[in-house]
Amino acid sequence: MSSRSEKFDVIVVGAGPAGLSAAYVLAQAGVNVAVIERGDFPGSKNVMGGVIYSQPAAEVFPHFWREAPLERHIIETQAWVLTEKAAFKAAHRHEAFDQKPYNAFTVFRARFDEWMAGKVREAGALIIPETVVESAIKDDGKVVGVRTGRPDGDLYADVVIAADGVNSLLAQDVGLRGEIPPDHAAIAVKEIIALPRETIDDRFNLTGDQGATIELYADASWGMMGTAWIYTNSDSLSIGVGAVISQLVERGIQPNDLLEHLKSHPMVMPLLEGGETREYLAHLIPEGGLHGMPKLYTDGMLVVGDAAMLINSMHREGSNLAMTSGKLAAEAVLHARQRSDFSARSLSYYEKLIRDSYIYKDLYKYRNMGRFFETHPEFFTLYPELLNEAARAMLTVDGIPKRKKQRSIFWSALKRRSLWRMAIDFFKAWRSVA
Amino acid sequence: MKKLSLEQKLYLNGFRPDTEPHLAIKDPAKCRDCKRKQCTTICPVNTYRWENDRITIFFEGCVECGACRIACAECGNLEWRYPRGGFGVNYRNG
Repeated sequence: MSSRSEKFDVIVVGAGPAGLSAAYVLAQAGVNVAVIERGDFPGSKNVMGGVIYSQPAAEVFPHFWREAPLERHIIETQAWVLTEKAAFKAAHRHEAFDQKPYNAFTVFRARFDEWMAGKVREAGALIIPETVVESAIKDDGKVVGVRTGRPDGDLYADVVIAADGVNSLLAQDVGLRGEIPPDHAAIAVKEIIALPRETIDDRFNLTGDQGATIELYADASWGMMGTAWIYTNSDSLSIGVGAVISQLVERGIQPNDLLEHLKSHPMVMPLLEGGETREYLAHLIPEGGLHGMPKLYTDGMLVVGDAAMLINSMHREGSNLAMTSGKLAAEAVLHARQRSDFSARSLSYYEKLIRDSYIYKDLYKYRNMGRFFETHPEFFTLYPELLNEAARAMLTVDGIPKRKKQRSIFWSALKRRSLWRMAIDFFKAWRSVA
Repeated sequence: MKKLSLEQKLYLNGFRPDTEPHLAIKDPAKCRDCKRKQCTTICPVNTYRWENDRITIFFEGCVECGACRIACAECGNLEWRYPRGGFGVNYRNG
C-alpha cells in the first residue's frame, strides 16, 4: 500500500451521521468510497442527546423509518425552567406529530449508525473499522489522502471528507481549524436509565411508540450556560446535561456531579424512580455557532457535521445538520468529479450549497445568541427565579389581593435588577434570537 | 433510584483498554505551577488525578470526549490522541 495502489475516489473519515450520509450519496452515484472508522463498528464511539429528524434523514435514506432501529417518535416537546425547588413548565403536543412519517425520533447512535453503515455498505462503499486516521497526506499543498495508524496504512483519494467529529484532528491538521476556545465548547454527559415501557408511558402520558422530550434550563445546569434533557426511548430514558467548559472550570464543577445534581432535583427524581443505569456517556458539543464555523474546504478536502461545528444550540439540533452537510458535501464532490477538478476553488461549491441551505441560515439567525447568553448569566439564575417566584405568588391563595401580589413581585424584582437593565436584557435577548 | 458512584457507572461501559496510554503530560513541571488543575475537574470520568505532586492519568476509563484538551488549551500541556483503532470505549447505545 506504500505506492498509490490503494486509491479511492473519495475517503470519508468518520462513520457518524455526517460521514455516512456523504458516503451513501456518493456510493449510490457509483463513486468508489472508503469510510474509515476508529471504533469497533460504526456507532460504537458515537454519542448524542438522542433525537434525529425525519425530513433531513429521509433526504439521505428515503423511508428509513420502515427499517431503521428507532426508539420512539416524538409527539410532545417540553421545556422546564428549574430553580432549586420549582419548575416552570411549557409543552407542546400535536396530533400531527403522531402521524407517519413523523417529525422526529429518539434513537441510539450505536444502533442507528450501524444500520446506516449497513446501507452504505449495500450501496457499494468499503467501511474500514478499527482504524484511526492520524493525519492528512499532502502533495504540493493539496490533500491527496490520509495516513492511518495501521502499518503501511496510507490511503489515497481525489477528495477526503473530514467527518471525524467535534475534535476533528484532521481539520486541525490541514489548518482549517484551530483549538476550540473553552467558552465555545460544552461538555455533555448522559445516562441511559432502563425503565419498563409501561412505566415510561404512564409517567409521560404516552402509548405505543409515542415519545416525549423535555429540555431543562437554569438550575438544571446549576445556573451555568447550558441545557439538560430527558428523552424517552422504548424502555429507557436518556438523561443528560451539558455546560460550557469555561464556566465548569471556573466553578470547579465535575460533569458527573452536574448530572447527579440534575437527577436529584425534586421535579426530575420521580421520573427516574425505579430506574437502573445502563450506560454513562460523554461528548463535546461545539457551541461557537456561526462564529465557530471554520472554512469548510481546502484543496482536496471538505469538512462536515460536528467537525465543521455545525450545531444549532437554540433548537438542540445537530444530527440533522450533520446529515444535510454530508449530503451537500457529496453533491459538491459529484459536481467536482464532472470536471475532474478537486481544487479548493472547485470544492467551494460545497460552501455555496451550505449557504443556500437551512444550515447557514439558521446559524446566521442565532449568530449572536451564544455570546449574549454567555455574558448574561441572569438568564440562568435571576430570571428563572423571578419567574418561578411570580408563578408561586400568583397561584398561592392566601387572602392577599392579586394586585398587591403583583406589586410585591414587581418590587422584589426591582430590588435585584433595575427596570432599565431588565428592559435592555430582554430586548437584547430577543434580538439575539429574532 | 439508587445512586451509583462514578466508578460504578464506568463498570457499565464497554472498554477495550489499550496497553499504552494515548494521553500524556508534556511537561510535568508546568502542572505544578498550574493553579486550577482544570483537567482534574473537567473530565467526566476523572481520568486526571493530582497525586504526590503530579498528575496521574488513568487512561483506561477515558471516554475520548476531548474536554481535557480544551480545558488545558491555555497551557497546551496535554498530548491528546485517540486510542489506537479498535481500542478504548465501546458504547452499546450511544
